[in-house]
Amino acid sequence: MDLQIALLLGQDGVTNGAVYALLALALVLVFAVTRVIFIPQGEFVAFGALTLASLQAGKLPGTLWLLLGMGIAVALIEIAISVRDRHLQRIPSIALLNVGVPLVLAGALFVVSPATLPLPVQVVLSLMMVVPLGPMIYRLAFQPIAEASVLVLLIVSVAVHVTLIGLGLFFFGAEGSRTPAFTDMSFEIGDALLQGQTVLVVVASVVLIGALFFFFERTIYGKALRATAMNRTGARLMGISATVAGKLSFTLAALIGAFSGVLISPITTVYYDSGFLIGLKGFVGAIIGGLASYPVAAAGAILVGLLESYSSFWASAFKEVIVFTLIIPVLLWRSLNTRHVEEE
Amino acid sequence: MKSSAFSLLPLLAFVAAFAGGPLVLPEFYVTLLNYIGLYAIVALGLVLLTGVGGLTSFGQAAFVGLGAYTTAYLTTVHGVSPWLTLPAGFLVTAAVALSLGFITLRLSGHFLPLGTIAWGISLYYLFGNVSFLGGHTGITSIPALDFFGIELKSGREFYYLIWAALLVIVLATRNLLDSREGRAIRALKGGTLMAEAMGVDTPRSKIVIFTVAALYACLSGWLYAHLQRFVNPTPFSLTQGIEYLFMVVIGGVAHVWGAILGAGLITILKQWLQDWLPQVLGQSGNFEIVVFGLLMIFVLHRARDGLWPIILRMLPEHTDRPRVPEAEALPRRPVPAANAVLLDVKDATKRFGGLVANNKMNFNVRAGEVMALIGPNGAGKSTLFNGISGVDSLTSGEVTFCGERIEALAARHIARRGMSRTFQHVRLLPTMSVLENVAIGAHLRGRKNFIHAALRIERDEEARLLHEAALQIEHCGLREHMYDIASSLPLGKQRIVEIARALATDPCLLLLDEPAAGLRYREKRALADLLRRLRGEGMGILLVEHDMDFVMGLADRVVVMEFGEKLAEGLPAEVQSNPAVLDAYLGGVE
Repeated sequence: MDLQIALLLGQDGVTNGAVYALLALALVLVFAVTRVIFIPQGEFVAFGALTLASLQAGKLPGTLWLLLGMGIAVALIEIAISVRDRHLQRIPSIALLNVGVPLVLAGALFVVSPATLPLPVQVVLSLMMVVPLGPMIYRLAFQPIAEASVLVLLIVSVAVHVTLIGLGLFFFGAEGSRTPAFTDMSFEIGDALLQGQTVLVVVASVVLIGALFFFFERTIYGKALRATAMNRTGARLMGISATVAGKLSFTLAALIGAFSGVLISPITTVYYDSGFLIGLKGFVGAIIGGLASYPVAAAGAILVGLLESYSSFWASAFKEVIVFTLIIPVLLWRSLNTRHVEEE
Repeated sequence: MKSSAFSLLPLLAFVAAFAGGPLVLPEFYVTLLNYIGLYAIVALGLVLLTGVGGLTSFGQAAFVGLGAYTTAYLTTVHGVSPWLTLPAGFLVTAAVALSLGFITLRLSGHFLPLGTIAWGISLYYLFGNVSFLGGHTGITSIPALDFFGIELKSGREFYYLIWAALLVIVLATRNLLDSREGRAIRALKGGTLMAEAMGVDTPRSKIVIFTVAALYACLSGWLYAHLQRFVNPTPFSLTQGIEYLFMVVIGGVAHVWGAILGAGLITILKQWLQDWLPQVLGQSGNFEIVVFGLLMIFVLHRARDGLWPIILRMLPEHTDRPRVPEAEALPRRPVPAANAVLLDVKDATKRFGGLVANNKMNFNVRAGEVMALIGPNGAGKSTLFNGISGVDSLTSGEVTFCGERIEALAARHIARRGMSRTFQHVRLLPTMSVLENVAIGAHLRGRKNFIHAALRIERDEEARLLHEAALQIEHCGLREHMYDIASSLPLGKQRIVEIARALATDPCLLLLDEPAAGLRYREKRALADLLRRLRGEGMGILLVEHDMDFVMGLADRVVVMEFGEKLAEGLPAEVQSNPAVLDAYLGGVE
């Protein structure tokens, strides 16, 4: 391996690592706020990428039907609850929010041809279709059992994951997609070629992380989420609804996931089930941070990206083996550094 | 507890179905039943791990793969007899499970499942990429099993082997759960705090069930390899590992029969959906996972214990109760000399960050006395209890128990030395009977391990443990509740069950955290009588209590705490007239 290849691999590693870092942050956030180990995080990545690819191909993305279906399910449950509690005045807003908005979105996409839209508009449309799935999944799968044990929540999380994989196959089909590069720019630094796409991914990740930091430090909703993460009961006594906190954290997770999907869609071919492995690599990063520390999780995720990139050069067949076996020494190290933990 | 006649019913049905099946069924159903049997063996391991122990694994399919690949490789490449590759597979699996367990089980509960996901993926890719294991094409022409000269070539012949193996596993699992080790395993689900305080080595119990579950999976893999006669990586993927967990959750995660029910349901449903869904949807693909996923979410929302308990409820009630077997009493610890200092606490200090919960506490407890620790709420009494009993560590200070320094020891090692305790917030296992709960206290007085339990050759010891538990229950006046489910008792009585459990450890020092809270007048008197009798037998008792009539009528000496410090110490009458104490309790008069 000469320096040039090393730099090229390093670039690849950092690019992927930046995406894993975003996912790791989302995983730590969701776990801290809701205690859900969010296995389906990767599905948002795949759905984000595939939705953008569908739009660019001028097709109606399957996500739209998924969103409409889930919206109807949420609306039916909420309306049933409203009828039971005699809050009939809430029904129009429930229906409008969960079913009306997806219908308007569908109508808009029927009228304009999405392939002709400029890239930023396509990206925003993709996010609008994928991100609401986050809070809807929370409403349908997790909110009714929000007080269950971590173990039960984890099993539900895995159940949601397989459901979404199956739905992904149905709505997107078995073929993979790849979008054209966002930019053809490249920079020469010495001998090495720095690709514009890499710069874009890293910059976008840093901007998103910065925005999250601002959100948590400076906004009332961000502070409410942090409070819930620190002490759920205490936060509830202060009037922070666990349901709102849960939905908000799932919205952010979906946003981060879908955005990551948009970022990687020109770099790699994404299939309906690609998200799982991508999400799990974020998990390895998150576990390096003990599912608690944001900076260590992000650094761990970059490490995973680099390890993956270099191992794909040295032993490409064993790339996944090496990346997922990394978790063993990490867990050993954490295990030796952790005093007895009582899980309650 | 279920009566023996009642619990034999499913067993008999099982044996009848088992024997008659292949004689009458067409080939397709025999194959289906073979798979159900193979899956049920794996699922039983998950019942032990998830339903009973409160841990979980998504990597069971990888352990199945270890069993299958070990035999495939050894029989085809090295010509080893299949009967030798089974123990070889067990060795490989146990080595992996032990190391994985050692690494993850010390961490909080969710790291084990995450570890198993990662390890499940790793192993799948490893199987698929290692050339001597045949890569993605796998290994073919694995020899058939030879059973005393009979070659098990067809599925019909193999059927008997699979279901006999399943039967053995079912019996061994049931035996294991109904034993001293089984109670220790069941105690894991209620958090490790109580189990440790009763002397259970919880990391060991966790590693044991994780390894046993892995060995079940390995056995299933070995059978699978010789049934199919070829292996490739696909059946050992993470997806299959997830499906095993689905089987037990839907069938009934805490029930041995739930595993078999779940394995049957999922296997049949999958078969049917795989035929039906692609026709309806007009696409081919594994769409059944959508149905399984939604079914799982629904079951976990609405019937978290799975289907088996629902079926149980529809069966007729059973009334006859098990009897506590007559048995020789367990040996007792020698009674310490009267007035000997049992517990000596010196400068015990506990800080939580900046908060000093206990500051330089000094006192001792002698054999044959009741020492009461009183003080307003938040004075640090329970924290001190935790520090003394090893549930939590002190920041500094010395604790000497029976002449031995114990402040650095873990709770289970302190329990072994003869100190036992109750908890302010009752920690009983809600679904177990009073008798079983109290028998957990006798854990340290038995020696037989889980292998003895699985083979049921520890019945003498088990009888003595149960006998001891029954004895303590009677001492505490709960005879009529012996077989009741612990959670059905009123809270006050649950506190008494905690005392009985502590007594079953045969302690010389008893730490009681608010034992009289929630008791009625008569019950309080009975409790005071019990404690007087124990004191008369030479036991030392350290008591935290708020009921002053109860304390002052019973205690020999009293220590008063306020804001983590000792405010006063002395005879009950002295303490009652101490102005500082009156000030703390009644507020200053200005």
